[in-house]
Amino acid sequence: MSANTEGGRKRSWFSILTMTFLCLLWTVPTLGLLVSSFRPRIDIERNGWWTALFNFFDTTWTTSNYSNVLTQKDMAGSFVNSIVVAVPATILPIMFAAFAAYAFTFMSFRGKDVLFVLIVALMVVPIQAAFVPLLTLLGPDGLDINGEYLAVWILHTGFGMPLAIYTIRNYMSTLPRTVIESAKIDGATHFQTFWRLIVPMSVPVLAAFAILQFLWVWNDLLIALLFLGSGDKSTVIVNLASLLGTQGQGAELLTAGAFISMLVPLLVFFGLQRYFVRGLTAGAVKG
Amino acid sequence: MKQVSTKSEDSASVAEPPPPPAPRRGGRTYEEIEAVNSKQRKVKLAVGTVGLVVSLYVVVTVFQALALFADDIPRLLQGVIAVIAGVGGAALLFYFINMVVEGFPRRFSEGVIPYAFLLPAMLLIGVMLIYPTVQTINFSFADADSEVYVGLQNYIDVFQDPDFQESIFNNILWLIIVPAVTVVIGVVVAVLADNLSTNGEKISKSFIFVPMAISFVGAAAIWSLIYQYDPPGDTQTGLLNAIWVGLGNLVGASVEPVAWLSVSTFSLNDILLMVIVIWLQAGFSMILLSSAIKGVPEETIEAARIDGANEFQIFRQVVIPQIRGTMITVFITVLIMVLKIFDIVYVTTNGRDGTNVIANLFFQEIFRTGDNGIASAIVVILLIAVMPVLIYQVRHFRREETER
Repeated sequence: MSANTEGGRKRSWFSILTMTFLCLLWTVPTLGLLVSSFRPRIDIERNGWWTALFNFFDTTWTTSNYSNVLTQKDMAGSFVNSIVVAVPATILPIMFAAFAAYAFTFMSFRGKDVLFVLIVALMVVPIQAAFVPLLTLLGPDGLDINGEYLAVWILHTGFGMPLAIYTIRNYMSTLPRTVIESAKIDGATHFQTFWRLIVPMSVPVLAAFAILQFLWVWNDLLIALLFLGSGDKSTVIVNLASLLGTQGQGAELLTAGAFISMLVPLLVFFGLQRYFVRGLTAGAVKG
Repeated sequence: MKQVSTKSEDSASVAEPPPPPAPRRGGRTYEEIEAVNSKQRKVKLAVGTVGLVVSLYVVVTVFQALALFADDIPRLLQGVIAVIAGVGGAALLFYFINMVVEGFPRRFSEGVIPYAFLLPAMLLIGVMLIYPTVQTINFSFADADSEVYVGLQNYIDVFQDPDFQESIFNNILWLIIVPAVTVVIGVVVAVLADNLSTNGEKISKSFIFVPMAISFVGAAAIWSLIYQYDPPGDTQTGLLNAIWVGLGNLVGASVEPVAWLSVSTFSLNDILLMVIVIWLQAGFSMILLSSAIKGVPEETIEAARIDGANEFQIFRQVVIPQIRGTMITVFITVLIMVLKIFDIVYVTTNGRDGTNVIANLFFQEIFRTGDNGIASAIVVILLIAVMPVLIYQVRHFRREETER
């Protein structure tokens, strides 16, 4: 059952049907959320979201879930919090990691292999292993920054470091060494070589890692919950997690809240998909 | 080195007839240049050190101020300040470190520069990862407040705790099912998509891939609409129960709706939670495997076809061996993720009805009992469980490096 298509590809009906089915299966859950988020509370409790979809023009549609979750549950504030957390926590690790990756790629020094193996190993270590001492270190008896953005910025920067160094170094080691050699002959210092040559040449991997790290920080629950709490500094994800526990009154806000939390990742995803895929393929393992 | 100065004189004399070239450097001896250089070095060393101290001081002060006056500064402004102070501070830090190192005698400086570039990153890794991990291992042998060593008592307590036994069992279940199924779905989707038209492939891959951008918490919200339970007699608003009850009516049997996430028979609720994670991760698996499959040389497939192999044999004996490496990569990535699975369990069942897992138990232990010893012991067990993967990763890396 196969025929050749334009590109000399074989088209099989089995593939077309199965893929259509799988695509539906993968889309229906999200579609349900989207439809539900625009339905009034009474309707949500009366029948399933698909009823609204099949009677599209006889259904009451409302945006009140969105306005309510933004104001009553302060999802608007959480949205700002998430941005304030995610942007520095994305840029800072890249900065530090790029310098380290440069050293690992273009310099030779004692202990290089041991240090890099350590970094490979640390990528696999679960971050939970660090939490108990860090709660003390950042808590009232230590630096006393627990509950501040600062704590989360530092943590994400530290935890993101091994993967960042690993990914960026892997890319840098594919850059032509002759360029660096000739820069050296021209009398450029390492600092100049790094900024004027290596950073511009590494933009693809820096962008790819930035997207990966941004999504990771934005979607993170554990660190935000432990070190930022569910008070007025809660991120959208922490806020959404507390909405998930709501029963009865206010349960309809969950769907709108969930969509708000997904908005930025989806935009990033569709806008920068190429970089995102490259980032995924480059640094597959994350501890 | 002397040659350099004579050479510059030579070139100066050759260039004599036309108007003299701009500033003349000629006439200096080697010693004079060295003297100037060493003077420059001293300046660099001094300026660099001062700059390093000042910029460190400024950055620390800015961040301290941010923490102190957090409630008085608008949130967005805090973020902007953090980015400027953090990135600018880091740039200045590296700039001055570099300057100091260049101020050292040349030979010494060449040896030190790598460490200067590594220092900030390694410091962060040391403080945020290595120190706390070692300390956790240490705490796991001490009491609840980490004051008195209690030997292996925490481990004995943990292993005798029925909650822990249940969590370990569930974690193993997750480990057996999720990575393997994710890899299989990835392969199947990649192969099927490969048989579609170019546009069909692109579009269908995007559909499977979208959940990759969604958080575990978001996914839990999405799937709560599917696993929703309404009492018997009510209209079922959850998709799964609507189908379940609808099918029951179709065959004429009266079927009760099910509270899916409470059914612990055959770990059904665990498996339903796994479905969510597989739904999230399939896109990742597919993307990696798809590019691996496209990398399989056409000649090898053609050769097998000429030998009379059917499509299934070709796939099993020609394609699979060539994408095995990628399959292992995907498998291990998902394995590591599953080993410390937390979010999805925390927000859906919070470990009720026999669904607890180690990472969630750890979280409960921190907050419920605040027992550092027990919590640390649980994490150390997790750490030990990761060891085989860690060793594999390091070996794999070593092998790749030698092939480079």
